[in-house]
Amino acid sequence: MAVAPEVLRGIETGFAHAVLVFVDTQGYPLSVATEFQVDAERGVVLLDPPSGSDFDLRDGAEVNVIVSHIKPQESGYDERRYVQLWGTIGKEGSRYALRPTRGQSWDESKMPFFKYSEVTVPQARAYLDGLGRERGRPVKPRLSFGWLALRTTRAPFLTATLVPVVLGVAAAAYEGSWSLWLAFLPFLGGAFVHLGLNVSNDVFDTMSGADAANETPTQFSGGSRVVHYGLVKLRTLVLISAAFYLAGIGIGLYLAVERGFWPLFWIGAVGVAISLAYTAPPLRLVHRGIGEITVALGFGPVMVLGSYFVQAQTLSAEALYVSIPVAILIALVLYVNEIPDRAGDAAAGKRTLPVRLSKDAVVAGYVWAVGLTYALIAVGAVAGILPRPALIALATIPLAVKVTRALRRDYDDPYALMFSAMGKNVQLHLFTGMLVFAGYVIAIAADRLNAPLFLR
Amino acid sequence: MPALPLPAEDVFRRALVCEFTVIGPAGRPITHPMIPLYDGDKIYLHSSVLFSKKLDHIKANPKVSVAVTDLGATHGGPLNDRVTVQGDALVVEDDPHTTWQRIMPLWIEKEPIVKEFYAKRVALPLFWERALIEITPRRVLVWPRGDMSQSPSVHETTGVA
Repeated sequence: MAVAPEVLRGIETGFAHAVLVFVDTQGYPLSVATEFQVDAERGVVLLDPPSGSDFDLRDGAEVNVIVSHIKPQESGYDERRYVQLWGTIGKEGSRYALRPTRGQSWDESKMPFFKYSEVTVPQARAYLDGLGRERGRPVKPRLSFGWLALRTTRAPFLTATLVPVVLGVAAAAYEGSWSLWLAFLPFLGGAFVHLGLNVSNDVFDTMSGADAANETPTQFSGGSRVVHYGLVKLRTLVLISAAFYLAGIGIGLYLAVERGFWPLFWIGAVGVAISLAYTAPPLRLVHRGIGEITVALGFGPVMVLGSYFVQAQTLSAEALYVSIPVAILIALVLYVNEIPDRAGDAAAGKRTLPVRLSKDAVVAGYVWAVGLTYALIAVGAVAGILPRPALIALATIPLAVKVTRALRRDYDDPYALMFSAMGKNVQLHLFTGMLVFAGYVIAIAADRLNAPLFLR
Repeated sequence: MPALPLPAEDVFRRALVCEFTVIGPAGRPITHPMIPLYDGDKIYLHSSVLFSKKLDHIKANPKVSVAVTDLGATHGGPLNDRVTVQGDALVVEDDPHTTWQRIMPLWIEKEPIVKEFYAKRVALPLFWERALIEITPRRVLVWPRGDMSQSPSVHETTGVA
């Protein structure tokens, strides 16, 4: 079978020389650089015969020819690409003619290194398994405990819990109820449930094949992959998740007993139930395209109202209102993080919104949702539902614009999206939420100092 | 006494890329562009377990060649000569997590960004499970000034370096 002409045409430019390789009479490979020319139409690569008796090749000799390129950079190199061909060689005039029957190539501009490193995970697992069989004991990849804990729990995403909890606390404090201890406990309980959710999400994504199907995970998407990489056993992950949930539920029950049982019981129960139903069968809400709404509910009203109730021992429409902008923003974190996962998600049957919708619809959805977030903050502040200084949260609008532009530009490039949009989108939720919180703090301070009305 | 003739030493100390060839199961050569390292005694390459087929091939047949042919692939001026080394390879993988780290200084010398990547190894953990490929040179071919129109000078080594 001949190598496709387009492969041969691809090596005509961009490679300075070829390396001809064959197995010599001693059984060693022997490599020699040579000039080359491609005749793509005839499916032939013409090579200048190297000088020296070592390189007298008989007609029909099997050879390997490789062309490769790197561009040195100060700290390393880039523009890595190579094409190698196999076939038999024969004399054609004064040159050798290779008629390749097989080829293999890599070009990092077409197959980014990170994707290449994901595609080859099964090769790594098989190699380590083989090494383990040779030695009669498992050989596993390792990370230090700290890195492994961070990777397994995805703890940096705890900002998603921090923001709604502090907003609930702030809303209660604005109305006169405040206790540091009662602010800390809901955060701790919420954080445990959040970590339990992160870990259980990986359990179910591993079981459904979504992790294995995802060839373009990023720092923000694609899950922890600790089971897929062989760093942690699935059973261990199940136990970790259960431990986090139990700790979260324990704190929730304590708070319910101390601060008002049934309202907190139901808020907590809804929170735990939707976090489990997010990826766990039979509901698997994220598979049905309602993961964003689920996340919005859990990290919006449930957490804000929960922490508000713990302080104030009542519920309020104002607290519900302030939960909505951050609910939308956290849903948008998931929404954007699902963009690079969409091929793998589709393969695993996860019908997320980016799987279902076109690029234009996804970007338009983002713009409308972000617009609604800022409108709710502005209207809320002007109408007195939120403290007026909460308007400072509009300062993050330029960040939202940057994310939107990056989405349009880098939608199909997971790694570019990671740098240009995904991190900034997480910041958008954090900064906007914390600026609304700052608005509450300013208003509370202004009230105590009897400052002008526009600061309250 | 160094394992390589002087011109080849300079090439291996400075080259950023080589063509490393192993013999596959069907007896065909398979070539991998890799970063060559040299400590004055042996040539070292290293491979992540993510790209481990070559390691299996070496274990089945340790006869390999390493060619440095891209004269411009350095951090300084161009290389003076082209060099091919034929030799016997040994896969050193006592502990894939740590054994290879002994050549880390040589690697960082040629690819300083590796230090930064290694600090963030949590991002790509399997990439940092690696094997060392230790090559004992048997035969060294040198093309002065990289001139392939001339026959190479050939140096047989003792193979006990």
